Amino acid sequence: MSLIDVRDLERTFVVRRKVDGGRRRVRDEVRAVHDLTFAIEPGEMVGYIGPNGAGKSTTIKMLTGILVPTGGHLRVAGLDPSRDRVALARRIGVVFGQRTTLWWDLPLRDSFELLQKMYRIPPARFRANLERFVELLDLRDQLDTPVRQLSLGQRMRGDITAALLHDPEILYLDEPTIGLDVVSKGRLREFLRALNAERGTTLVLTTHDLQDIEALCDRVLVIDHGTAVFDGPLPALQAQGGSTRTLVVDLVDEAPAIEVPGAVVRRVEGPRQWLSFPAEASAAPIVAAVAASYDVADLSIQEPDIEEVIRDLYSRGGV
Amino acid sequence: MAEVSRVAETSRSPALGHLRTYGQIAWLWIRAAWQYPLSFVLLAIGNGLITGLDFVGLWIMFAHLDDLAGFTLPEVALLYGAGSLALGIADTAIGSVERIGTYVRTGRLDQMMTKPVPLLVQVCADQFTLRRLGRITQATIVFGWACTYVEWTPLRALVAVSMVLSGAVIFFGLFVGFSCIQFWTTDATEFANAFTYGGATVTQYPLSIFTREVVVALTLVVPVAFANWYPVLFILGREDPFGMPSWLQFASPVAALVTLVLALLVWRTGVRHYTSTGS
Repeated sequence: MSLIDVRDLERTFVVRRKVDGGRRRVRDEVRAVHDLTFAIEPGEMVGYIGPNGAGKSTTIKMLTGILVPTGGHLRVAGLDPSRDRVALARRIGVVFGQRTTLWWDLPLRDSFELLQKMYRIPPARFRANLERFVELLDLRDQLDTPVRQLSLGQRMRGDITAALLHDPEILYLDEPTIGLDVVSKGRLREFLRALNAERGTTLVLTTHDLQDIEALCDRVLVIDHGTAVFDGPLPALQAQGGSTRTLVVDLVDEAPAIEVPGAVVRRVEGPRQWLSFPAEASAAPIVAAVAASYDVADLSIQEPDIEEVIRDLYSRGGV
Repeated sequence: MAEVSRVAETSRSPALGHLRTYGQIAWLWIRAAWQYPLSFVLLAIGNGLITGLDFVGLWIMFAHLDDLAGFTLPEVALLYGAGSLALGIADTAIGSVERIGTYVRTGRLDQMMTKPVPLLVQVCADQFTLRRLGRITQATIVFGWACTYVEWTPLRALVAVSMVLSGAVIFFGLFVGFSCIQFWTTDATEFANAFTYGGATVTQYPLSIFTREVVVALTLVVPVAFANWYPVLFILGREDPFGMPSWLQFASPVAALVTLVLALLVWRTGVRHYTSTGS
């Protein structure tokens, strides 16, 4: 059985709203998630993406047992999350990017100790894990600082340490790099990759930052209007929607639009021209043809833009 | 609690295991507060002074009266001390339960739900503080003084001990039960306070100042009469002014148990409502 097993998962909400200037109340049923099916195996790193309101947090809440599904089948590590919430909690770690799990007024060290008591982590393992994560995440100097005095990046690293002290099998990360600077983002991604490689921790990541996905996830689940519109490896997502690659040509002099077989000019700006060609075609003959007929100063190839692909997916409402 | 039975793996008795976790978390909070000893001491003293004024009020009243609805000052002090002591203990133990609405609004409750400790234990232990130590100290002094006027028998002593413990459990249950309203509407604190702190205020006076209907309500609906009134009648060897059955004077532990069970059921319903609506 898969580590995370989701079949035809459904969650509807009842929304009451006033009509006729507040005299009458109407019950509306909103389907936040429906017909959602996927399976995640141990050790996978999965990016869970979608626009705001697509059903991402609703799914994560159901996976962690905070919210009861209204329909479908759901098992995480063999457990029914909402029924066995407390037992499941020992096996998962959850980081909500914008809200800290840590205790605002306590030094980091005390927060970690509280978690040791809650999870009943054996002291030896607790010390070893704390030592390791503090080292890797560079938190040693912050251990005695109250959480409210930490920078956003330090707090995020503290939150990630807090979520990992009990060696969870699955780590859910909700927008882990939001608000971090480029260096912090890079270090965090590096850490998560190492964690997955060393301990085989399964990672489920929701994010708006597609670089997180590119750096971390072998697999992408795109959700829109409450259901999965794409599930597969990143290159397959990039190849979606008849996507194209772009050859950027810098000519020595300005020239009319280049004419070569297999590519069309999309844009001309002074001596620079943008030619698009099918993503699966080889760039070599096109480059050769351009170089044979024009004076070329420089060439570069752009891979399909994942943001564009996803925007395209959303607008078409699925595949 | 259904939650309780499922976490039994690490300890023989789940309830004891949770109490231990509660104690450990509470202890960490006390230790953290002790980093600022002056503020800790001032808070406790302040709390003691404020609650102490309650009793000073009674004292002043007795400067003009010989008795209050048939009760002398030491007798009223016994009622007041027992009620206040039970309230102080319960108020300390419930920690942040009253603020459960805030926890819902800020998403803190969601985070607590991802931890392997039953929610009620976490909420009660969160931000644990001994600021109520002032009330407990003050109540103990008044209660101790009033006790010197009592003609003790072994049975009366036993009823006194059970009274304080049962009273604490009754107030604990009332706080937990009424806080649950916040699972449905997050700004019902004032409504809940009318029953919890309102009920507590009532226990400062002999219930003989009220009508029979009020006393029935304080027995059956908000059962604070069991926290001091009935057992104190027995300890003082007095007739029940309303002619209530005398076995009620021994029923405090039962009332406490019923209140606690009902409160835990309401709590569980509240949590279930939360997980099924997500709001």
